[in-house]
Amino acid sequence: MTFAIIILYFLLVFMIIGAIIAVEVRDLLGSIIAVGAVGFGLSIIFLFLGAPDLAITQVVVETVSLVILIRAAVVRDDTTYDTHHNTFAVAMALIFVGAFIAFGALAYKALPEFGNPIYAQNQEKKALAEANGNPAAKEDDNRETPAEYYLAHSFEKNKAANLVTSIVLDFRGYDTLGEATVIFVSVIGAYVVLRKVGRRREGREEPASQGKDES
Amino acid sequence: MNGMSPIVKATTKVFMGFITVYSLNIIAYGHLTPGGGFAGGTMWACGFILLVLAFGKEDAFKIVSQRAASVADCLAAFTFLLVAILGISAGGFFVNFLSKGKEFNLVSAGTLLWLNIAIGIKVSACLFGVFVALAIFKRSKTSSEVQ
Amino acid sequence: MTPYLLCSLIFAIGVYAIIAKKNLIKIVIGLLLLEYAVNLLLVLVGYKSGGKPPIIVPQNPSTANFVDPLPQALVLTSIVIGLGITALMVALCIRLYEKYKTFDISKIKRLKG
Repeated sequence: MTFAIIILYFLLVFMIIGAIIAVEVRDLLGSIIAVGAVGFGLSIIFLFLGAPDLAITQVVVETVSLVILIRAAVVRDDTTYDTHHNTFAVAMALIFVGAFIAFGALAYKALPEFGNPIYAQNQEKKALAEANGNPAAKEDDNRETPAEYYLAHSFEKNKAANLVTSIVLDFRGYDTLGEATVIFVSVIGAYVVLRKVGRRREGREEPASQGKDES
Repeated sequence: MNGMSPIVKATTKVFMGFITVYSLNIIAYGHLTPGGGFAGGTMWACGFILLVLAFGKEDAFKIVSQRAASVADCLAAFTFLLVAILGISAGGFFVNFLSKGKEFNLVSAGTLLWLNIAIGIKVSACLFGVFVALAIFKRSKTSSEVQ
Repeated sequence: MTPYLLCSLIFAIGVYAIIAKKNLIKIVIGLLLLEYAVNLLLVLVGYKSGGKPPIIVPQNPSTANFVDPLPQALVLTSIVIGLGITALMVALCIRLYEKYKTFDISKIKRLKG
């Protein structure tokens, strides 16, 4: 096992322990900090899996998420305690966990094995067919996965050294337009939800008045 | 909301320059080194959030107001769409129609540079706006609610 | 296969938090864990043993032995959208707290305002 794989397993176990702490601890500040630790562990995993773009983005996004969560949760003195456990919901959730892992183990057999992505398997198959002397006679054996196409032709088409940026902004730029729209909509949604209109009636909190907020 | 102690204010004055330059570096060289518009834009928004937290709302809004953030957000989104539509002149939507230049330079890779800059400005203005909405709301809550 | 199973364990913990917890912030934390698990699974599928990050350096302009760049492009979009979702959820939490003075969803369901 290489060094990267050992670190990967260690960080995955760290993330699982952090997730359990984040969900079970009663104190809100402690659970938010645990979620922050899980996020930073995820960013280190991204670094070891060969994705430096994602590591940078995950770190800063995690920081902003933590700031927003702490802003919402900790400055209010809320004394909510989970006094009576919702036994039915906990039992259903544990049954779901068991079923998910069991069916997941069956379903992950269809994914490529870890460390050997689809484009590598495709290239191996083609190299094997070439070595055996029958170079891709049928149409089926000569397919090229999109990743192979991007790796082979991206630099000559747009001379960008960062392949991920060239995929995100050039080959699949339409998805980036959709993402910019989604961020825009979420910001407008946050503005609309938190507006001050309608808050001038103090002491008369009727549900009907709350419904007229957005006009 | 009041600002924080003078130590935090002095440190912020030093750090704000570093954060801005570093985030602009990550945005502008997004087609050569890891990073790109999203990472750099979020980092720049973190810088603005640091301003608001360290100096208080009134002083921070003298440096970058909420209206400026909203205008920059919309302008950057328009620029993104404009560059995409201008590609129709060269074949279709989003076609990379500028000259590719010499590789490994800053001004290369056609429209990728301008799209990165537009995305960076847009994301930073958006996240700053979200944070200001949350911060202002807190102010109105503690002033209008009885403890 | 083992990294995939550990990753789906994080997903399952997130779903458990959404279903079985009564504090609104814990539900938001469960959604965050769900996002982490999904992004991690996508990047794990694209990993190549002994692969290099997909960045072309001037000294060696060949693209052999790169990690699969396509899942990374998808996850880059997904991470930033997750931040937008978190911001909107937290705005809703603040608004709910302002109206009902509690984060407990069982009390929120029963109060008639």
